[in-house]
Amino acid sequence: MAYRHLLAAQVRSQAQYRASLAVDVTGSVLFGVLDIVSVVVLFRVTPTLGGFGFAEVFLMTALASCAFATADLMVGNVERLRQYVRSGLFDALLVRPLSSLAQLVAMDVATRRVGRVAFGVVMLVLAAANAPMELTLARLALLTVTPIAGALIFGAVFVATATVAFWWIESGEIANGLTYGGLNFTQYPITIYGALFRRLFAYAVGFAFVAYYPTLALLDRPDPLGAPTFLGYAAPAVAVMAAVAAGLLWQTGVRHYRSTGS
Amino acid sequence: MTVIEASGLRKEFTVRVKSGWLRRRTRIVAAVDGIALSVERGEMVGYIGPNGAGKSTTLKMLTGVLYPSAGQVRVCGLEPVPQRTRLALRIGVVFGQRSQLWWDLPLRDSFALLRHVYAVPATEHAGRLAHCRRLLDLDAFLDVPVRQLSLGQRMRGELTAALLHGPEVLFLDEPTIGLDLVSKQAVRAFLAALGAAGDTTILLTTHDLADIERLCRRLVVIDQGRIVHDGSLDELHARYGSRRRLVVDLDEPLAAPLALPGVTVESTQANGRRITYALDGTTAAGDLVSRLVEAAALRDISVLEPDIEDVVARLYTRQAAP
Amino acid sequence: MRGDDSLAPHATGSRAPSYRAYLALAAAGFQRYATYRQATVAAVVTNSVFGFLRFAVMLAVIDAGTRTVAGYDNRQLATFVWAGQGLIGVVLLWALPEFAERIRTGDVITDLLRPIDPMSQLLAADLGRAGYAVLTRFVVPVVVGALVFDLYAPRRQVTYALFACSTLLATLVCFSCRYLVNAAAYWLLDVRGPQTAWTLTSGIFGGLYFPVWFFPDAMAIGLIVATPFPSVIQIPLDILVERGSPAVQLGLLGVQAGWVVTLLALCRWVQRRGERKLVIQGG
Repeated sequence: MAYRHLLAAQVRSQAQYRASLAVDVTGSVLFGVLDIVSVVVLFRVTPTLGGFGFAEVFLMTALASCAFATADLMVGNVERLRQYVRSGLFDALLVRPLSSLAQLVAMDVATRRVGRVAFGVVMLVLAAANAPMELTLARLALLTVTPIAGALIFGAVFVATATVAFWWIESGEIANGLTYGGLNFTQYPITIYGALFRRLFAYAVGFAFVAYYPTLALLDRPDPLGAPTFLGYAAPAVAVMAAVAAGLLWQTGVRHYRSTGS
Repeated sequence: MTVIEASGLRKEFTVRVKSGWLRRRTRIVAAVDGIALSVERGEMVGYIGPNGAGKSTTLKMLTGVLYPSAGQVRVCGLEPVPQRTRLALRIGVVFGQRSQLWWDLPLRDSFALLRHVYAVPATEHAGRLAHCRRLLDLDAFLDVPVRQLSLGQRMRGELTAALLHGPEVLFLDEPTIGLDLVSKQAVRAFLAALGAAGDTTILLTTHDLADIERLCRRLVVIDQGRIVHDGSLDELHARYGSRRRLVVDLDEPLAAPLALPGVTVESTQANGRRITYALDGTTAAGDLVSRLVEAAALRDISVLEPDIEDVVARLYTRQAAP
Repeated sequence: MRGDDSLAPHATGSRAPSYRAYLALAAAGFQRYATYRQATVAAVVTNSVFGFLRFAVMLAVIDAGTRTVAGYDNRQLATFVWAGQGLIGVVLLWALPEFAERIRTGDVITDLLRPIDPMSQLLAADLGRAGYAVLTRFVVPVVVGALVFDLYAPRRQVTYALFACSTLLATLVCFSCRYLVNAAAYWLLDVRGPQTAWTLTSGIFGGLYFPVWFFPDAMAIGLIVATPFPSVIQIPLDILVERGSPAVQLGLLGVQAGWVVTLLALCRWVQRRGERKLVIQGG
């Protein structure tokens, strides 16, 4: 399979810089630590956040971190689309007989980001152990499926925001507003946000399904905002919809690129 | 007045060679291996050599970017590395493959900025800029950001930028690399005029020997870190036995081959009706022609001057004539 | 060729770049960023989105009951967050490692061939850039914050002057830190490691993600005095929201000034070592 060879070549070329790799892995773990430290520090000055206690927010943060880290590992490289379009390197991807998106992603599946995924999983185990819930088979399934669905949602957001570059090359950090901003958003209960942001990020983009609703379902808590409990199990469906939407957006972007030849 | 003075100049680099997992051997390589060079004010010197011969390393030592491992060097009476910023005011440098211009700014603004960086009096700056604008045809793209310039336009900008502070010495590292024919000619004509004025000393490295033929009376050839030739182009030809060639077209083949000292037949074509002779200078071309006229009906003749590319290629591969 | 526009060499005399060279470099830095208007728009939109997210978290902390958190009231926290979102653009907390790239590719030698040392060239250009950022990247998030939320306006006139000084010092501290990260390229293959370390530490210990006073007091004081990070974000913002008396604020300016002197000296030393390595070992 061609993609596998692309991937292997990438891993090999990165392994040549072993010292850099070690630094990168450490760095990516530290970024994960940062998420947790933020939560710990916030709960030093407040007993509750948006009506939720530390154990609950910790679980949300762990779910969000896991999902984000996995998405970043798999498709984080689409961020570089801007440079590819600007430098004309994207043309080189289009003339190959493989999907442009898959190639761009395989160009740099950053081995260094594995560290953050591993750290996220450890945190998720700790958070689940610390949370006031009994571990049943159903909950275990939910705990496993949710980060994967969340990763798909984040992945879709990564791809969708990168697509902006097809129309607007100088878009700078604007994509980060949705990706890293999304990570920030999903770490905390959506009850703390204003109505506008909640509608935009939680419902329209689907960030509420990454951690908030699943956490409610896991802990058997009713939503203070009145949403039905089954939404906690809806993450996979939302993820599929998000992925399809992102794929369509990508195709539109490529078509636009081909017709303008920018 | 001697502007560039170097003796025993040497630069070593340590190269790490991987030999098995984790183990690395270090090897010392001399990129420049004992160079002596003396350039007078107003000279225009071509500095050539194959890739990796040590051209750029020498240039970097002369401009103060690299510290020599051994030997002495003085440029404008200054020691390049310790007195680099003082030297910077008195030299101009153009690297064909690196830009000294501000990528995001229009050419005009880069020039204005350089005026302040080099503390050039306004009238002097304006005068030099006007001169360059005229000779290098800058006006059409003076307001275009550097990143949008073509390579030829950028190079004309780089040359201007290197000259605005009135440097005594101009170092050019492959100034015509990658340029199209028209741009090359523009750059050469400009440099030729600058050299002819006789005030600016110019040292240029190049792979395009047409640059040398057009511009430099003096040619320094370096190979494997050592100077293998320092003199005029003619001296180079004489020393390496370059030959002129005479091509003759005859109505019919010669009855018997001609025997003249120093004349050899290089090739015969068209059933002997076209002959190429190589002359090493013992017999004059005129004598050969008159012998030919006696021997056969001569239709056409042409003389081919020795080809510098040939000579240099022979030099590089060290097939020098005895 | 002779004439008033000839290219004859400059008569050798005493000539040195003056303050004008630095002014011109600063102007070029300003102009460079001014040409990328779309990038500026993208940056302010992003900073503003994060402003809403960060302030939502801060509001949630306050809403949990207490009227003040770690000594900040509601309006002070709003100013802290929104002015902070503007400040990261002024000090340019996260920048692409451009200088490291120049070192890696060897382009740095064209910087060395100028009569001004590379660090001063970069510093002048960065101050020009910061000037442009004050007018754009600082103003927009503050205005957005002021329109949507109730911001704390300083009560003492002198605060504005102190804040301006503090912002300038913060820019210098941030420049030095970024410069040190970039200069690591003289010795390292790539600077992603130092870059990551800087991004993390500056964000968490500098007061960006939350005020350092959310840490235990002893730790907060230790961070402010013994590390340069709070000098970049936390101190200017504490001055703006008038935390402490004017005397305390002057003391904070002194801490910043101390870091500026220390770090710029360190930068100069590192640059000299880096140049020496470059000059002796080659690019």
